Amino acid sequence: MRKYRIRKDESCISCLRCTKECSFGAITAGENRTLIFHHEKCVDCQRCVTFCPAEALYITEDENRFRSNSVFRKDDIEEILIQAETGGVLLSSMGTSGSNVPIYFDKLLLNASQVTNPSIDPLREPMETAVFIGQRPERIQRDEIGRIVDNLPPHLELKTPIMFSAMSYGAISLNVHKALAFAAKELGTYWNTGEGGLHESLYPYKENTIVQVASGRFGVHETYLNTAAAIEIKIGQGAKPGIGGHLTGKKIIGDVSKTRMVPEGLDAISPAPHHDIYSIEDLAQLVMSIKEVTHYRKPVIVKVAAVHNIAPIASGIARSGADIISIDGYRGGTGAAPKRIRDNVGIPIELAIASVDQRLREERIRDRVSIIASGGIRNSSDAVKAIALGADAVSIGTAALCALGCHICAACHTGRCAWGLATQEPELTERLDPEKGAEKLVNLVNAWTHEIKEIMGGMGINSIEALRGNRMALRGVNLNVKELEILGIRYAGE
Amino acid sequence: MKVIDIRKEGMDEVRKHENENLTITGCLGERYIGCGMRNGTIHVEGTPGNALGSYLDGGTIFVDGNAQDAAADTMNAGLLAIKGSAGDALAYGMRGGRVYVLGDTGYRTGVHMKAYKDNKSILVIGGRTGSFLGEYLAGGIIIVLGLGDEKKDITGYFCGNGMYAGTIYLRTDKVPLNLSEKLIKRNVEEDEKDRILRPIISDFAAAFSIPAKRCLEGSFIAIEADKSKSYSQLYAAV
Repeated sequence: MRKYRIRKDESCISCLRCTKECSFGAITAGENRTLIFHHEKCVDCQRCVTFCPAEALYITEDENRFRSNSVFRKDDIEEILIQAETGGVLLSSMGTSGSNVPIYFDKLLLNASQVTNPSIDPLREPMETAVFIGQRPERIQRDEIGRIVDNLPPHLELKTPIMFSAMSYGAISLNVHKALAFAAKELGTYWNTGEGGLHESLYPYKENTIVQVASGRFGVHETYLNTAAAIEIKIGQGAKPGIGGHLTGKKIIGDVSKTRMVPEGLDAISPAPHHDIYSIEDLAQLVMSIKEVTHYRKPVIVKVAAVHNIAPIASGIARSGADIISIDGYRGGTGAAPKRIRDNVGIPIELAIASVDQRLREERIRDRVSIIASGGIRNSSDAVKAIALGADAVSIGTAALCALGCHICAACHTGRCAWGLATQEPELTERLDPEKGAEKLVNLVNAWTHEIKEIMGGMGINSIEALRGNRMALRGVNLNVKELEILGIRYAGE
Repeated sequence: MKVIDIRKEGMDEVRKHENENLTITGCLGERYIGCGMRNGTIHVEGTPGNALGSYLDGGTIFVDGNAQDAAADTMNAGLLAIKGSAGDALAYGMRGGRVYVLGDTGYRTGVHMKAYKDNKSILVIGGRTGSFLGEYLAGGIIIVLGLGDEKKDITGYFCGNGMYAGTIYLRTDKVPLNLSEKLIKRNVEEDEKDRILRPIISDFAAAFSIPAKRCLEGSFIAIEADKSKSYSQLYAAV
C-alpha cells in the first residue's frame, strides 16, 4: 500500500547513488540511467535523501488519501485493507506512534534557584553525576572493635545516570552491539545485550556489559552469565507487555543462529512468560540461581513493562532478592511487536516511576532496590524528570539508535534497515562503522550529561543522588488533580 | 571420593568441592546443587531441592531419589540422571547435554529446548510426563518411554504446542491428547529407531542399569512442527 511518494527535481545528476542506498527496492535504475520509483515500497527512512549528492530527492506523504472521516482515519482503513487481504496480525516496530496518550514529560517543568539559594555553575564547581545502583545495606555493621564492616552488596557504578537499553543481537547487528560496547566503556556506563546472547568478540567489554536472560534463554550459559557486570532477567518490555519476543527468520542467519541456537531462516519465538516463573517465589528462585552461578558477585536486574499494577509488582520484585528493577514504559521501542499490543498495552513511564517510588517508600523498601526508567527518553530533560520522579538512572534505546543513524521509519521487522542497524544483511550492516558509531554515542551521552549538570546547577543541586525522587523540583501544567496526585507533584504556580 | 553430609556441612562445602568427585548425603530439599558446575561428578543421596543442575555446564549429576522443580534449567552441557521422578519445568531452555529421568516428570517438561547443528539437547523420560511437554521446542530430542504404563496416555495435554523445530518421540501408538493441528504426528520406522533412538536409549538404560531392550520394545511415534505452518504466516507487516 502506498504511503509515501518519491520525487526528484532537475538537479538530479543520474549518479544512481539512491538506487544503491535504498534497501527496500523503492528506487531502481531503468534504461539510460533513469530512475524508477516504486512508491509503494518506500518506508520513508530518508537514506536516499541523506546520501543524494545533488540534494535532488524528496520523500513526502502521499497526497492521495481516503475521504476524511473523523472516526475511521487513514491508518484505520489501510490496516483493515491489509488484514482483509492477509488475515495476519499487524506487525510493527519501534515505539508507539500517533497515539493520543499524553507524554507527561512535556507537562512537567523544572525548578531553578533565584535569590534565596544560589545556583551552581557546573563549569566552575564540581558536580557529581555518578550513580551507584544496587541494594543498599539495611544498616551499618561494625566488628567487635567498632570498625565499619563492608556489607555493601554487589552494585554497579555509573559515571552518568544514562545507560543503553537492551537490544538483542539478531534484532540489531553485531556492529551496533560493538558501537554500544565501545561507547559504554568510554563513558563509564553500561550497555545491555538484550535476549539474543553475546558475541564472543565482545567478551573483553564484560565490565560494561549487562547480559539479559529472557524467556527464550537464547545464548544463556554459565560463561555468558559470568561475562557481565550484571545480569538482567527480562520479564516484559514496554512495547509489548505480556507477550513474548518474535524475531523474523530473515534476521536469523549465520552467527545469530549460532548464538541463539535456533535454526536459520525460521522465525524464533520467546515464550510469553518464563515457564519457570509463575510466582514471586519462582522469580526469587531464578534470581538466586543466577546469583549462585555468578558466586554472589553481581547484581541482578529484573526488567518489567509498566502495566496497571506496576507498584505492587515492583514491591514483589524488591522482595525477591533482585537488586535493581528496570521499568520500561508504554512508549518503549522494539524490533518487532504486534501493533495492537504496542499501541494499546501498558502505561506511560512517568506515572509508573512515580507510583513505584511512592509505593516502595511507603513500604520502607525503597533502598532494597534501585530503579532504572526507560521507554521514550528523548533528551537530558526527560532523564532529569524521570530521576526527579524517583528513578535512579535511565536507559536509552531509540535515542541511541538515532545517534547511529536511525530515522525511526519503523521498518525494523522487515530486516532490511537501510541504515544498517536493525538488519543482518552483510551489505547493510557494513554501513555502520562501530568506531565512528561509538564516537557519536559518546558525544550524545556527554552532551546530555553536561546538560544534566547545568539543569542541576540551576536548581542548586550538586549531586544526582540529591535529585532522585526530589519531586519538589517538578511542577505540572495541563494536568488534572488525579494526574498530579499520581505524579506526586504540585501544579505550576503552587 | 569426597562425602559431604549436606545437613551438617551445608552448601558452602558443596560449592567448594563441586568440580571434584562428590557424594552428597542426607539431602532434604537443598536448592541449586550443581548450579553452573563445569566438571566433576556429584552423586546425590536423598531429595535435592529446586533448580538442581541449573546452568549445568559439564560433568555428571546422579540423583538416587526424586528431584523437584526447575531441574536442569537452562542447562548447557553434561549429564543429569535422576533415578526417581522430577517436578515441573524440567530442562527449561536447555541448550545441550543429556537429562535422563527414570520415573515421571511434571508439567512443562522440556519447554524451549534448543540445538545447534550436531549439538543437540537430549531429554529422556522413562515414565510419563504432565501437560505442556516440549512447548516452544526450538531443537533437540525429547523421548518419553512410558515404561509400565503402556496402556495409558504417556503425555498430558498441549504436547508440543508452539514448537518450531526438534522432535518429540513417544513410545506409544496413541496420538497425544488434543495435539495441535500445527504439528505433524508420524510413525517411526525401524531404520530411524535404530539410527536415532537406539544409541540414546541404550545410553539412558545403561545410566540406570536397566535392559535397553525393554525400553525399545513396541512402536514409537514422532511429533514435529509442520514447517508449512510457521509463525511468519501469522503476521502482516505495516
